[in-house]
Amino acid sequence: MSTSTLPSYDDVVSRYEPVIGLETHVELGTRTKMFCGCRTEFGADPNTQVCPVCLGLPGSLPVANAAAIEATIRIGLALNCDIAEWCRFARKNYFYPDMPKNFQTSQYDEPLCGEGYLDIEVPGADGPIPFRIPIERVHLEEDTGKSLHVGGSTGRIHGATESLVDYNRAGIPLVEIVTKPVAGTGALAPEVARAYVAELRDVIRSLGVSDVRMEQGSLRCDVNLSLNKPGAEWGTRSETKNVNSLRSVERAVRSEMLRQASILDDGGRIVQETRHFHEDSGDTTSGRSKETATDYRYFPEPDLTPIAPDPAWVAELKAAMPELPRVHRKRLQADWKLSDHDMASVINAGAIPLIERTIAAGASSESARKWWLGELSRRANETGTELAELPITPAQVAELQSLVDGGKVTDKIARTVIEGVLAGEGGPAEVVAARGLEVVSDTGALTAAIDDAIAANPAVAEKIRGGNHAAAGVLIGAVMKATRGQADAKAVRELVIARLS
Amino acid sequence: MSDVTKLSASEIAALIADGSVSAVEVADRYLDKIAAEDGDVHAFLHIDADGARAAAAAVDAARAAGEELGPLAGVPVAVKDVMATKGVPTTAASKILEGWLPPYDATVVERLKAAGTVILGKTNMDEFAMGSSTEYSAYGPTRNPWDLDRIPGGSSGGSAAAVAAGLAPLSIGTDTGGSIRQPGAVTGTVGSKPTYGGTSRYGLIAFSSSLDTPGPFARNVLDAALLHEVIAGHDRRDSTSIPQPVPPVVEAAREGARGDLSGMRIGVVREFGTTEGAEPGVIAAYQSGVDALVKLGAEVVEVSCPHFSYALPAYYLISPSECSSNLARFDGVRYGLRVGDDGQRSLEEVMALTREAGFGAEVKRRIILGTYALSSGYVDEYYGQAQKVRTLINRDFTAAFEQVDALVSPTTPFVAFPFGSRTGDPVQMYLADLYTIPSNLYGGPAISVPCGLSEGLPVGMQVMAPTMRDDVMYKVAAAFETTQAALVAPAR
Ligand SMILES: [Zn+2]
Repeated sequence: MSTSTLPSYDDVVSRYEPVIGLETHVELGTRTKMFCGCRTEFGADPNTQVCPVCLGLPGSLPVANAAAIEATIRIGLALNCDIAEWCRFARKNYFYPDMPKNFQTSQYDEPLCGEGYLDIEVPGADGPIPFRIPIERVHLEEDTGKSLHVGGSTGRIHGATESLVDYNRAGIPLVEIVTKPVAGTGALAPEVARAYVAELRDVIRSLGVSDVRMEQGSLRCDVNLSLNKPGAEWGTRSETKNVNSLRSVERAVRSEMLRQASILDDGGRIVQETRHFHEDSGDTTSGRSKETATDYRYFPEPDLTPIAPDPAWVAELKAAMPELPRVHRKRLQADWKLSDHDMASVINAGAIPLIERTIAAGASSESARKWWLGELSRRANETGTELAELPITPAQVAELQSLVDGGKVTDKIARTVIEGVLAGEGGPAEVVAARGLEVVSDTGALTAAIDDAIAANPAVAEKIRGGNHAAAGVLIGAVMKATRGQADAKAVRELVIARLS
Repeated sequence: MSDVTKLSASEIAALIADGSVSAVEVADRYLDKIAAEDGDVHAFLHIDADGARAAAAAVDAARAAGEELGPLAGVPVAVKDVMATKGVPTTAASKILEGWLPPYDATVVERLKAAGTVILGKTNMDEFAMGSSTEYSAYGPTRNPWDLDRIPGGSSGGSAAAVAAGLAPLSIGTDTGGSIRQPGAVTGTVGSKPTYGGTSRYGLIAFSSSLDTPGPFARNVLDAALLHEVIAGHDRRDSTSIPQPVPPVVEAAREGARGDLSGMRIGVVREFGTTEGAEPGVIAAYQSGVDALVKLGAEVVEVSCPHFSYALPAYYLISPSECSSNLARFDGVRYGLRVGDDGQRSLEEVMALTREAGFGAEVKRRIILGTYALSSGYVDEYYGQAQKVRTLINRDFTAAFEQVDALVSPTTPFVAFPFGSRTGDPVQMYLADLYTIPSNLYGGPAISVPCGLSEGLPVGMQVMAPTMRDDVMYKVAAAFETTQAALVAPAR
């Protein structure tokens, strides 16, 4: 297939209907692994968080992590799923060196959580467009280790001179959330896919069961896509693996739609296969073919006893669920009196929790939003970091606003204060003190500066005396210069005019 | 001083406790005997003389310090090479684990150490516990002390032979389909399979996870119960371990030793009465064993367990299925043997060559059988059907135990057979476990107690009890033992 033959996106969606499906893996943030007591911190030295169990040493046995089971049930409840009253782990058998036992302890036909749904919205010209994404199942399994292939050109195992395996990740609890095929999204398919993953991420974050950081791999997404002509049966799907950012989810769907349409237009056949997404080009390339399906020889895990969550306990968990992000957002939008458009900006900036915490620290909703979406967003963009990663806390933003409200610094100086806080010079009050930024409101000092300015500009002073108040600007400028900008310009103006009346 | 290698474990413990002999002397005596005689028997794969002497010295020191000693403190024990022993070679009698030093102790081993027993070394077995003769050890067979040209049973043949030959007063075996009881029977020793989940599997190199059960070998029922009590009990590291107190097995064995079974109902399984291939001498010895139970006051009745006839085929679907998955980890990547890693071959080739060289024929046979039984399109027909049979067998046992306190049968249909006589036909070998497999599928305890001789070779009586009623089993076994002359393998 030559890329030059790719049809346009509008053309594709006018002739084909996409069906999307998403399989999302979420690493739970439990303190210990799924089946042993090893710690789960990200970024530890290779093979330092391992034991006989997660290394699959002969004779070792798994013990299920109750916290992981609880977290999975809570995710299921948040996704409106049926919670199984009785289910089992199953072994998924296949050989791969990053899997210590050469089987993965997972779940097969008895998932912990059955059918459910997640409501999402994508922006439209006339306000948000709602979609209900049907969930097939949510199950619990263990993560694999990580392989590092050294010496090859591709970083893949083929051609490598040496392969190293880090088992720190092996056995970390992993929740798999599988949607049913989602049809009827048309041209919005890429945005629906993105919005689903974003909403799922927010839901899971709100539950506090995972840090759901795509860039660290604690949320990983496989995107299934097929195309069919309107009214025809669904087409053969491809499965694009490990799409690791929201933007990539959107791009992967779009690029697969274009690729498949091009093949179908040429009378070709879509091959059921695994594909890899490339962040740099936004394209997918073929991985292994699934035409000869791997036989995983699933069977119930005999080393673990069945899970039978007490319905009363599940009801308790359900009653204790936090407000879900969508409901929460609706409430905030009303509280903050924002338009759909303004709310969308807040959401897109990932600023909701930051603004909430700033308000909680005493700022008004308006000022909190102003700082986070204004000056701080600008700084984040400049440095290419996430808003939440900026080295300034919501409490410090609230403190800054209270300095402005109290007349201690001007709005303009406040930006300099932010610079100091971001540079690690301390909190707003400390920066103001250290840099000597406090507004000069000492009347004595101001009066002296004004007298100096009048003395230095007698002609201007005369004009003001004559009633030309517009000429005051020159004297104000001189006073501001003398006070290194720390006087309140409005107060200076009033003092100058009063003095010359 | 009497020869400690001829004494029971409780007698040895008593001599150590009263200072008649030191634990180190006992250990040395056994180590000497092993050095002198194990060349013929080949019960051991690895002798841990230093570890044994150090453990014995610790017991002597504890005694000298006035500490209270446990009932088996200072008593030597041999451990089947399928149990992980920290820093001591553990191979499961397979080439694929040659040289592996586990970084941890199995729970059973931990408990043996905590009780002050002295681990002499690791015993031979069929590779990965798959076999009934120890002929499938990758390190050569163990010989039956009763006749060195015959098998000692299996898979725990080394543990059985060690006790029968007086190379250890106690040993640990594992039983998946009869691997403690059948070698116990053919070596004239007591071999006990506790309730599944009554002894921890943590550190037992898995063959068939839903069936594997560690248990004791001893020269008499009381010793077996004493060892049982040391190794049994709930273990948080094994999810299938039963969170209940250990049944009072030692007390039951002492009670049984009074030789009175009046008020007890004991069942004989009707369906076992018509076993093809059962040797007449075995059946005759067993029949006189049943008569002895009646003389002890027990009421013996016939019960029907109609699904027992499906136990063997169900077992040969479930256990290979589980083993095909359990043994997948032996791939040369992380430990043990690695073959063909020349920098040219692919990972898959190295894994395949390693497994080809590292596994023996019987292990491969079962991996292939299990892979097939679990494969898509066949899993319901084979693995699924076998699980249904398992449910039916559970029902048979449950119904039987509504009528009787315990069931008895011969342990195995034939006495120790000559080497090579059954290796040519796997099914002939598998028949050795015909009577023992039902208890594994059900999970209840079962024990083999010596029951006379046939053609000069030992016969075993099996006593089966309800799950977690290991005490009932020991009581019947201990009572039955009072009717039997002790079997001692001919000295060489
Ligand atoms: Zn671990």
